[in-house]
Amino acid sequence: MAAQSDETQMSFFTTENRRLADVIVARYPKRRSATIPLLHLAQEQHGWICDDAMIEIADLVDATPAEVKGTGTFYEMFKFHPVGKYVVNICGTMSCKLMGADELMNHAEQKLGVAVGETTEDGLFTLEHAECQAACTEAPTLQVNYRHEYRVTTDDFDRLVDDLTAGRRDGDIPAHGTLARIRQEIPANRAVGAVPPEEVDGPPAWLPQEGA
Amino acid sequence: MSNETASEGVMVTINGMEISVQPGDLVIDAAERAGAHIPRFCYHPRMSSVGVCRQCLVDIDTGRGPGLQPSCMVPVSEGMVVDTESEGVKRVQEGILELLLINHPLDCPVCDKGGECPLQDQTLTFGPVESRFIEEKRHYEKPIAISDLVYLDRERCVLCDRCTRFAREVAGDPLIHFMQRGNQTQVLTFPDDPFNSYFSGNTVQICPVGALTAKPYRFRARPWDLSEVESTCTTCSVGCRINVQSSRGELLRYQGVDIDSVNHGWLCDKGRFGFEAVNSDERLGTPFVRSDSNPDELVGTDWNTALEAAASALKAASGSSVGVIGGARLSNENAYAWSKFARTVLSTDNVDAQLGDGLCAEMVMSLPRATIDDAATADHVLLLAPDLKEELPVLYLRLRGASQGSTKLIELAPAPTGLTRYTSAAHGYRPGEMGQALDELLGGATGDAMRSGRTVVVIGRPSLADSPGEVEAAVGVAQRLLPEATFLPALRRGNVLGALDMGLAPGVLPGRIANDGSSQAWIDTHWGSIPTERGMDTIAMLEAAASGRLHTLLLIGADPLADVPDRDLVERAFAGVAKIVAVDTFATASVKRADVVLPTTAFAESGGTTTNLEGRISTLGRMVTGPGTVRDDWTIAAELAWRLDADLGLESLPGIWAEIEAVAPSHARCSPSMLSADSEGVLVPLPVVAVPEPDEIADDDADTSEADTSEAEVDEEQAEGAAAVVEAPSVPASVSWSAPALVDPPAVDGYALRLVARRRLYDAAVHTSQASSLAALADDSTLRVHPAELGSLGVESGSRINVTTARATIVLQVTADESVPRGVASMGFNQPGISAAELIDHREPVTEIRIETR
Ligand code: SF4
Ligand code: SF4
Ligand code: FES
Repeated sequence: MAAQSDETQMSFFTTENRRLADVIVARYPKRRSATIPLLHLAQEQHGWICDDAMIEIADLVDATPAEVKGTGTFYEMFKFHPVGKYVVNICGTMSCKLMGADELMNHAEQKLGVAVGETTEDGLFTLEHAECQAACTEAPTLQVNYRHEYRVTTDDFDRLVDDLTAGRRDGDIPAHGTLARIRQEIPANRAVGAVPPEEVDGPPAWLPQEGA
Repeated sequence: MSNETASEGVMVTINGMEISVQPGDLVIDAAERAGAHIPRFCYHPRMSSVGVCRQCLVDIDTGRGPGLQPSCMVPVSEGMVVDTESEGVKRVQEGILELLLINHPLDCPVCDKGGECPLQDQTLTFGPVESRFIEEKRHYEKPIAISDLVYLDRERCVLCDRCTRFAREVAGDPLIHFMQRGNQTQVLTFPDDPFNSYFSGNTVQICPVGALTAKPYRFRARPWDLSEVESTCTTCSVGCRINVQSSRGELLRYQGVDIDSVNHGWLCDKGRFGFEAVNSDERLGTPFVRSDSNPDELVGTDWNTALEAAASALKAASGSSVGVIGGARLSNENAYAWSKFARTVLSTDNVDAQLGDGLCAEMVMSLPRATIDDAATADHVLLLAPDLKEELPVLYLRLRGASQGSTKLIELAPAPTGLTRYTSAAHGYRPGEMGQALDELLGGATGDAMRSGRTVVVIGRPSLADSPGEVEAAVGVAQRLLPEATFLPALRRGNVLGALDMGLAPGVLPGRIANDGSSQAWIDTHWGSIPTERGMDTIAMLEAAASGRLHTLLLIGADPLADVPDRDLVERAFAGVAKIVAVDTFATASVKRADVVLPTTAFAESGGTTTNLEGRISTLGRMVTGPGTVRDDWTIAAELAWRLDADLGLESLPGIWAEIEAVAPSHARCSPSMLSADSEGVLVPLPVVAVPEPDEIADDDADTSEADTSEAEVDEEQAEGAAAVVEAPSVPASVSWSAPALVDPPAVDGYALRLVARRRLYDAAVHTSQASSLAALADDSTLRVHPAELGSLGVESGSRINVTTARATIVLQVTADESVPRGVASMGFNQPGISAAELIDHREPVTEIRIETR
């Protein structure tokens, strides 16, 4: 229906990630359940989720690309357009706004030379507006790839940008899309072995059983 | 459906009225039956409830006080009190409508749905008078084409999930989906992956607003300008019930009608948009005769000249030297007229409505017949059929739906089909070895499972490249190993079962009786004496023609050049006959070779009845007048008879039906009043009522319409039936058939691939090519081969290759396709620019092809 299987077509996932994808799919009783984890994997590899990634994921989870995109686009943190290595979200909700978020955003636009929602030409920064980041006591706040920076002044912002550009924050802020730098692999014989919902025939094991 | 007694009902109170309803019923349906219509957008009785639009909120009290609950999600329960008209309900109905209208563009004057729009209607009935929303509405690019046939105006969408649910649940093509969920939720396809579903038009019909529109109808009419009549689609033999709508004498739209037994309101796109072919400018409107001066030319003429020419061509042929091919596209009445014409005027039994389709009439008639419902509720359905998704699309929908429940589909096919992914087991076989493969399959555990439950076997010709005898032998195996099974014939042509029932098959007379001595007395009283020696089927007629033994061929809506799986045979046959008379709606390849062409009415231009693959008879509606001077087939037959010094005795469609009721034993007592009483149609033969056998009559096999017939009517019909029996000789028995023995499969040629040739939904035939919106959808003019097979031949996917059989060498593009089994090559039978018929020799058990790079 969707992309005809064509031997010559390049696969989106790298060989290693393709292996990982198969491991992820195998964790679930229904392939479809792997949709979100695979979208994460794609974003980790590519920084954002392109059409080729969704076509391949659809194939892996036995869905159509439309279903994968429909599921993925619900989530704000999946990006379906190119973003920079660093996605900078400046909070604009009440506390931050009162504490100077607008000025900070204004400054950020000047510093980076892009309007909010855009990506710098060098592909390093995407500037975004965000709603409450749950750190109102530390206003104004921003996040870089969802890592908090608190009570950010314009000077702090300049320093942050310079440090990121020079790679001085590589240790604590990985590129956009990175989920984890250490991945746990659970061998099949130690996996939970979830059963498909329709095959569940008793109460969950952790509920106190009668007579036990 | 409504036969269940209300004794086990649940008592509920709806708007103060206590009523008994079926347990499990949803409140929205129960209230409807109690006369209280609850407004709704997302709820659709043929799909699962999702409760997303909230328009159906009503007060429901189950003992804890009334509260607003979505009536499409809540099943009735004992003692429940429902109020659909309380103040609270009214407020919420207004509130939801005001909310839905916030971003709705209110462009009703330029919207196709205006006038038949649930949003419009329900706003008028249940909505607020004014909106408080004064801000700018949301705008989207409008419209966007989500497929070649369907357009989407996103700003009109109320996000009811009907189209997306239909695509996922019913069609199984989830190519449209909600995207950007949140404030921007919208229905979309994946980029460059359009909503190419064979069933896409249904979404337009069920969209409760004008968000989805169909290209062939967009901006063509307003609903209040349309006239409509109920009819039955005859594009294929499923027989979906439809409303035919026209304006100013032009067909504009078909809409599905929901009947329980067949289509549940759904149509395939080929059926739905097929009206374009009826409207085509290419329709034949005047008769033609071959020019005397230039034999390459057909010249338009008047009916008198053309009928004279046709009559003299037929007169020159004696009984055994004339052949009549076709009739499967006609109504029962027209088919009957030709059947009677052939036997009584032409004195020939050389008649065949099938064009080498592989299921002989006797077999189809004598197997215990299953209904579509039987199949959809069986424990097992064994598929020995062509690709149903391509040939009988709504049957595919029904079986796909059944597979999501407790019915197991088991397939035996030479290459995967549209249903393969829904089967519980799919088995392949090498072309030529169907019977053996089936024998093995049914001999084992699969057979045991099928024997222990209710099994329906769907039979058809899985590939036109193999000998049809293979199918008949396989059916014999199925009969032997599944003695309790019933059979659903997957013959494709619109009214082919009706045509066979009317006697358009050699050796078969109207009413499924054999044309041998046994029925002579019966038929003599109705028709006078007719030849009883068995005539030829289409293939035999063509062979006879090729060897000069036929003088005249009469083609009734038949295009053997495109349709018979052996092009060379047809070419030789056409060269071998002296005259060809064609009665048709289009100048098909075969019609262009005729000496006399008589233009005839098409669908919706004539009335009568049609019969679907179950044997269900339903009415056809007449809505428009055909182009030029076209005539109904039966009047052409009657005219020709008259010019051949005979009288068919047929004067009107109702008159013909009355004669059918009397002559065709299988159609006895099937009265016009029964036929018009119910959209469901009537299954024939009707259960015997003359001998009261209460068990049998109460049996739920009996068609509902029959059960609904009032006693008075039954009595009257009984009397009629009895009278007929008194006058006439005893009713002859139905035809019988015994399966041929399995033949040894042909030896495997290691250097060749075996061809699988199957019809596609959109092909080169007039139904697609003359419908302007569908024509472009006929693609896939390639040969599909497994990549490993191509690799070993050193052929690249996408290259053009020579394909050679004993018959011919043709050039085709080849595509690597992993789903095609090794040792096989698969192609569409009649796609634009390619024809498998050129490669096939009908005498060969299988078609071996060789592939070479050019
Ligand atoms: S397009 Fe129509 S059917 Fe589809 S969700 Fe919108 S309103 Fe419902
Ligand atoms: S399935 Fe057949 S009968 Fe039904 S709409 Fe399609 S072509 Fe017509
Ligand atoms: S019809 Fe019940 S919530 Fe939409």
